Amino acid sequence: MSHVFLYALVGTGLFTLGLYALIVHTHLLRKILAINVMGSGVFLVLVALAARARGAAPDPVPHAMVITGIVVAVSATALALALMVRVRAETGRAELSEERPE
Amino acid sequence: MALTMAAIPWGVMAILLPLAGAMACFLSPRRASPLGLITALGVVACAAGLGWQVAEQGAQRYAIGGWGAPLGIDLYADGLSLLMLMVTAVVGLGISVYSSGYFNREKAVNFWPLWMFLWSALNALFLSADIFNLYVTLELLGLAAVALVALAGGADALTGAMRYLLVSLLGSLAYLLGVALLYHSFGCLDIALLAERMEPSPAVMAAMGLMSAGLLLKTALFPLHFWLPPAHASAPAPVSALLSALVVKASFYILLRLWLDVFPVTAAGLGQLLGLLGAAAVLWGGLQALRQTRLKMLIAYSTVAQLGYLFLAFPLGSNVAWQGALYLLLSHALAKAAMFMAAGNILCFGGHDRIADLDRVAQRLPLSLAAFGLAGVSIMGLPPSGGFIAKWLLLEAAMRSGQWWWVIILILGGLLAAAYVFKVIGYAFTQAVMTHEARAVPATMEWAALVLALVAILLGLVAPWPLALMEIGLPFGGEAAG
Amino acid sequence: MKKTMNPKSMTESGKIRTPFRLLLMVLLSALAAGLGYAVSTLSSQSPGSGEWVAANLETSGVSNPVTAVLLNFRSYDTLLEMGVLLVALLGVWSLGGIPEQRESSPGPVLDTLSRLLVPVLILVAGYLLWVGAHAPGGAFQAGSVLGAAGVLLLLAGWRLDARFAGLPLRITLTTGLGVFVVVGAVLMLVGRRLLEYPPSFAGALILLIEAAATLSIGMTLAALFLGSRPEAGPDR
Repeated sequence: MSHVFLYALVGTGLFTLGLYALIVHTHLLRKILAINVMGSGVFLVLVALAARARGAAPDPVPHAMVITGIVVAVSATALALALMVRVRAETGRAELSEERPE
Repeated sequence: MALTMAAIPWGVMAILLPLAGAMACFLSPRRASPLGLITALGVVACAAGLGWQVAEQGAQRYAIGGWGAPLGIDLYADGLSLLMLMVTAVVGLGISVYSSGYFNREKAVNFWPLWMFLWSALNALFLSADIFNLYVTLELLGLAAVALVALAGGADALTGAMRYLLVSLLGSLAYLLGVALLYHSFGCLDIALLAERMEPSPAVMAAMGLMSAGLLLKTALFPLHFWLPPAHASAPAPVSALLSALVVKASFYILLRLWLDVFPVTAAGLGQLLGLLGAAAVLWGGLQALRQTRLKMLIAYSTVAQLGYLFLAFPLGSNVAWQGALYLLLSHALAKAAMFMAAGNILCFGGHDRIADLDRVAQRLPLSLAAFGLAGVSIMGLPPSGGFIAKWLLLEAAMRSGQWWWVIILILGGLLAAAYVFKVIGYAFTQAVMTHEARAVPATMEWAALVLALVAILLGLVAPWPLALMEIGLPFGGEAAG
Repeated sequence: MKKTMNPKSMTESGKIRTPFRLLLMVLLSALAAGLGYAVSTLSSQSPGSGEWVAANLETSGVSNPVTAVLLNFRSYDTLLEMGVLLVALLGVWSLGGIPEQRESSPGPVLDTLSRLLVPVLILVAGYLLWVGAHAPGGAFQAGSVLGAAGVLLLLAGWRLDARFAGLPLRITLTTGLGVFVVVGAVLMLVGRRLLEYPPSFAGALILLIEAAATLSIGMTLAALFLGSRPEAGPDR
């Protein structure tokens, strides 16, 4: 089952990379993209570990969870993008004016 | 089927009714306000019905779809979730009444559907017994809350909302990764089943860390509190009230459930860490509140401080400690909502919320100031109020378990709270340098604030009843005494 | 009035300084290692609810296990998720809309392709909706394709007629969640539990819910892309 482990590892890697990008970048669009990358990482972990023996059907519950998760992520991204456009319209820059100290 | 009181699924109705109300308000914007108020009354009735059901029959478990865990999703109502639902109902009704007077036509059209969705998400969250379902309710809650914050318009509110959204999504994703690890360790998503099958393993430790981190971020525990003051202070007043009173408590509730049921709290070190961060929150939040020049920022930092108290129960761990934390949660919800509403009245009245320029608000808005004062009594922890009972219980727990250092934090926190509350009240009695044009404040808004503050005080007088309700279903473990 | 904090970690341009970046990288590498280790302990055959799903598949009304989980066993999650979509749209609409930039008329490629593709996309959406009962497919997949068709139309410059942009649009957007809630409530009224489909009607109920959901999801996605509330005709 080593390919399962590989996919799951990629998933956790994406999660961590996304977290790094979220903290480090200041432009809002990059932060939103980072959140999406993190989401993809989590979904990958869910789906990868749902695999069963070669030929047998995978566990359907994580697949359903990921479908739900994707819809939620799309909705959240849409709201975030609309907010970002409004922030830029109001403040002139697509960045959070008060950066938290990190 | 006999439609007796006992047979009606009040809990399910508490979730579906606001959803229906939200859609009705969306479809018929002209009647949004009255529809919203009717729905609010309906939800309060459902909460009362559920309360009756749980009090008579004990903890209730409802299998949606008839399948039951681990195949389907279960709803579970014990004393803890019932109390959360009831305080949400009371505060929600107050906010609904307040909002009917606060928003103009244009904003009201957007406010009511979002608020009804948020209320439905809260009820669904408090009744859910499935960790993935909790994720979905968390997301619904977060998105609705962000949209409500952004209603205020203006750079401050939009930036605060954007930051809040990013933080909320980060917290939810960390939580979801934890859910993934737990599911793939034990094969189920139901809290009760997970509690049965739980065994320590690296994946469980990772899941505990991730879920706690995500939920602590959403509950704004120091040092992860940075997003809260800008968001809560720049939102419209009723939105600030529901954020501080209810939304941050939702993630705390999930954390509590996970700690009590799923992850046995064997690591004493982690409990002490949470207590330490809570103490830091109490002190830091109180000090920052004193430094504020704007009333709503002061109240927002007060929320940060009060949330810190909730985490003092983790190192103490006894039944009394959990009762104290929960009592504080309830009283704070009522008192903080009243405070934000009073601040909203002052803002509406004077056009600003600078503390130094409050200009004899005491004489011109006596009801609002009374509401602020009474709420302040509960926040400070003076008798007779819910806050006093809560602190008394926490003190008792601290003394009993010999961890006396928390007593110092409780006392210091109370002093800081007294300082910032009296600071506001002091300025409210004095004349400002320039008098301001006053605008009339609708009576509903003033009375809503006052009634909620009175209920916070009332909680101090009827303490045995909520405490008994809390114990239904023994959410805090098997100790029946204490 | 707006306090702009400038902590020591920020440079003039607001980017985070290198020492903090390095510290962050170290911390996150530790996190990645920990998560990787945790995941590695899970790779062996993990228990799951798969057997439960397989055992109850016949009474669920569909033969695709994922659809059964989404629309029957865990339909409550799907109900709430429809709510999430609607809330996102409400949020976007309440932000007041993004000023529309009307470009010049779409070039010939976009024009022709949209005319060719949109009907095909609608057909594909209908097919996906139908086939979801026994193969990969279903409401969300169909709804996404429908949403894509909507996006293509919007890119080509099409806008919804003002007569339909008021109440009819709102009704279409809420049908998904509305049908779900109504079905759940009706089932409770006849004495069953919330969303407990009678096995003989399960397939039909699922198809009904999925059809309403497909329509709503497609409309919602297209509306989210547009970003602003379409101007309605006389207020109904």
